[in-house]
Amino acid sequence: MSYADTHEHHHDDHDHKPTGLGRWLFSTNHKDIGTMYLVFALIMFFIGGAMAMVIRAELFQPGLQYVDPQFFNAMTTMHALVMIFGVIMPAGVGLANWMVPMMIGAPDMALPRMNNMSFWILPFAFTMLLATFFMEGGAPAGGWTMYPPLITQLGEGFPFLIFTVHFLGVSSIMGAINIIATVFNMRAPGMGFMQLPLFVWTWIVTAFLLIASMPVLAGAVTMLLTDKYFGTSFFIAAGGGDPVMFQHIFWFFGHPEVYILILPAFGIVSQIIPTFSRKPLFGYESMVYATAAIAFLSFFVWAHHMFTVGMPLAGELFFMYATMSIAVPTGVKVFNWIATMWRGAMTFETPMLFALAFVILFSIGGFSGLMLGITPADFQYHDTYFVVAHFHYVLVTGALFALMAGAYFWLPKWTGHMYDEKLGQIHFWISVISVNVLFFPQHFLGLAGMPRRIPDYSVQFTEWNMISSIGGFVFGISQLLFVWVIIKCVREGKKADEQVWEGARGLEWTLPSPPPFHTFTVPPKVDEATAHS
Amino acid sequence: MSVRNLNIFGAAIFSLLLSVAQPAWAEYGLNMPEGVTPLSRNIYDLHMLIFYICCVIAVVVFGVMFWSIFYHRKSRGAKAAQFHHNTKVEIVWTAIPMLILILMAIPATKSLILIESTGDSDLTIKITGYQWRWHYQYIEEDFGFFSSLAPDSNEARQLKSGIDPNGIDNYLLEVDNPVVVPVNTKIRFMTTAADVIHSWWVPALGWKRDSIPGFINESWAIIEEEGTYRGQCAELCGRDHAFMPIVLKAVSEDEYYDWAGDMMVAALDADVGADREWTMDELLARGEEVYSTFCVACHQVDGMGIPGAFKPLVGSPVTTGPIEAHIDTVMNGVAGTAMAPFGMQLNDVDVASVITYERNSWGNDIGDMVQPSTIAASR
Repeated sequence: MSYADTHEHHHDDHDHKPTGLGRWLFSTNHKDIGTMYLVFALIMFFIGGAMAMVIRAELFQPGLQYVDPQFFNAMTTMHALVMIFGVIMPAGVGLANWMVPMMIGAPDMALPRMNNMSFWILPFAFTMLLATFFMEGGAPAGGWTMYPPLITQLGEGFPFLIFTVHFLGVSSIMGAINIIATVFNMRAPGMGFMQLPLFVWTWIVTAFLLIASMPVLAGAVTMLLTDKYFGTSFFIAAGGGDPVMFQHIFWFFGHPEVYILILPAFGIVSQIIPTFSRKPLFGYESMVYATAAIAFLSFFVWAHHMFTVGMPLAGELFFMYATMSIAVPTGVKVFNWIATMWRGAMTFETPMLFALAFVILFSIGGFSGLMLGITPADFQYHDTYFVVAHFHYVLVTGALFALMAGAYFWLPKWTGHMYDEKLGQIHFWISVISVNVLFFPQHFLGLAGMPRRIPDYSVQFTEWNMISSIGGFVFGISQLLFVWVIIKCVREGKKADEQVWEGARGLEWTLPSPPPFHTFTVPPKVDEATAHS
Repeated sequence: MSVRNLNIFGAAIFSLLLSVAQPAWAEYGLNMPEGVTPLSRNIYDLHMLIFYICCVIAVVVFGVMFWSIFYHRKSRGAKAAQFHHNTKVEIVWTAIPMLILILMAIPATKSLILIESTGDSDLTIKITGYQWRWHYQYIEEDFGFFSSLAPDSNEARQLKSGIDPNGIDNYLLEVDNPVVVPVNTKIRFMTTAADVIHSWWVPALGWKRDSIPGFINESWAIIEEEGTYRGQCAELCGRDHAFMPIVLKAVSEDEYYDWAGDMMVAALDADVGADREWTMDELLARGEEVYSTFCVACHQVDGMGIPGAFKPLVGSPVTTGPIEAHIDTVMNGVAGTAMAPFGMQLNDVDVASVITYERNSWGNDIGDMVQPSTIAASR
């Protein structure tokens, strides 16, 4: 049953949308809030990207050419904070805001006012964080992991860093509660949990991870705050505290956080690959179970980020085995994606290209992740560029590529126009080549002995750093093309129909493109044709 | 067109992956060094084993994927099948990775047990990380010394120094006082730190170990070849994290005992002069030396510090105010900042001379001085 059939009698009472600034400031509409999240993430992407450009410029050759080491450390720290909390997470929430209600046949998110608040916290939080650049003592420069005692040496920016983290936590938790409330209560009749599109599933799991892990981070940074200003010694050895305890608490948040970043990406790719293979997703149930298994295991592997702190043998063995075991559900996911392609009828539009690159390059990040999980080998890899290469493969060619795939996939639905396919493909090819030039040599640098977070290096590392920097500059500049494609698509382009993609299935594709301001005010009926498979 | 490109792209990735394994490329710094200890070789073998297994998995998995991308294209007239699960296949591809992981875990467990066997050592060195230098204490012989970045590297690494790093021997990997150890001896390294967390890493030994305030971590090595092995701090420890290298010289046992003997004698001489009166000129000369080793990284050669990060000493209330407050700051540091308690690192003569130097340099013109005996009394 199509959207028009159920809605022809209800035309007069909705689609009155507010205008002007008020439409955005006071918005309770999931589509508008989703758009704001996505635009915010895009802006932060270029701010974080500019910091990465400073890093790669300084590392282009040995010697210090442009910035003081302290400022360099601030760049690496702020780059990480901005990219993790300001780009990948908000972009994921933005996609969830737009797509989850449309995918489950709900009129909006369950808690629309909280939705507004969880977005509007972000611009203020990041203004506060970025303002630390202009404070006595400069921006945070102790690494995004905020390890004490180093982080407590930060000057006036310190409390601003802590409160930024608190704000981001509040925002994330509200977003997570909203998604859970929406999916649990507002599914269309006939849509059981095992009929949910995989993107929705990955977001439910992500939401639970957020609720379980963000308060832990909030607790840890609050203890940092009282250590610095109120005379406590949670993490100060001289006062009987334990600096390693912070790392345990931080990574108890930090490892689930890694999956908070990547699970929505899994969901996006699981929507795209079946669409362009014109074939149902292979192993839907095992995909759901694998997602849940990864999330569950993520709470038992945190100490693999800190193998070198000197844990007892039993601890090192436990965290090594637990870490290795994550390869099993992750492998299942990759196999399922490939089996989905198998004997399909594939076409290679931009979303599919990004999704395929995701599968390969994320897997490469997975392999280096497995190597890093082997404790004895980690004693060599730890805190080197090998680690930097690893997490950029999983976060840039992993999470970010999936988000871009999602943007191309759903842009026609959001705007009602097809994006410029040719420009999209050019953007893909430049990105995928330059990103490998950027990050692949960093494996070599790390293995050859270059530590991470250094502004200057010994001359034997020169060549690979130069190559990496060139890749970085090209990758950075080519993202302007992405912005151009988006702007062009919003303004003009071939009209997109409801279906958009030949192989697309699911409720969101029964709505007009662009969808009206309010959708599914009468719940749709879910039948075989509109369910995920 | 895009399919052909995808294949080219895949081929490029594979060749990059495989190229790491080519021994001919080794001198370009592509792979982990094999190292010179039983542990490092063990770890290297483990690393290569896991790497090859990953390569094989990658070739098989990506091979299937590219086959599918090539043959199951709509443009080749492929008709989409509609199957969506197969329990047998799913069980198989869950079980096989488990078996592979168990195969990997066995050698990894063995090597971890070996790494943690720190007992029965013949020589113990306590390594203490400071911002930003290392201190080595030879426990049995009872002497110790600081090891800082070599002066020529230090000069070249200043912002816009104009000095070409390529012209410096072992740029950023050279120190004033290397740590000397005998070969074929089981050495126990105990790592700790005085201020923030550091990490002591010499790749040729096969491991790194964090040095953490309030903790003492143990690691060990038996170095089998004489030579000079270099490494760096591996845990972000503040502004000059990149500039506290490690140089480890492994020498024959005879050579080691000669060196250790000299060091023990030197240790007895170190405090000479602490009980006599020093002249202004003597204090200023010594003070400049101490300043350029311990203070210059933050407060800079001209005493101006770094705006926003490290305070200037020129005209500051500490260096131009009451001398007692100045002594207190240098001896005990400033909590919650990078200003370390230098009373732990410097002897009485060094503290007295550096304070005198700071009060009478770069336009500071207080004219007073402090004697080592005053410092001794303040401890």
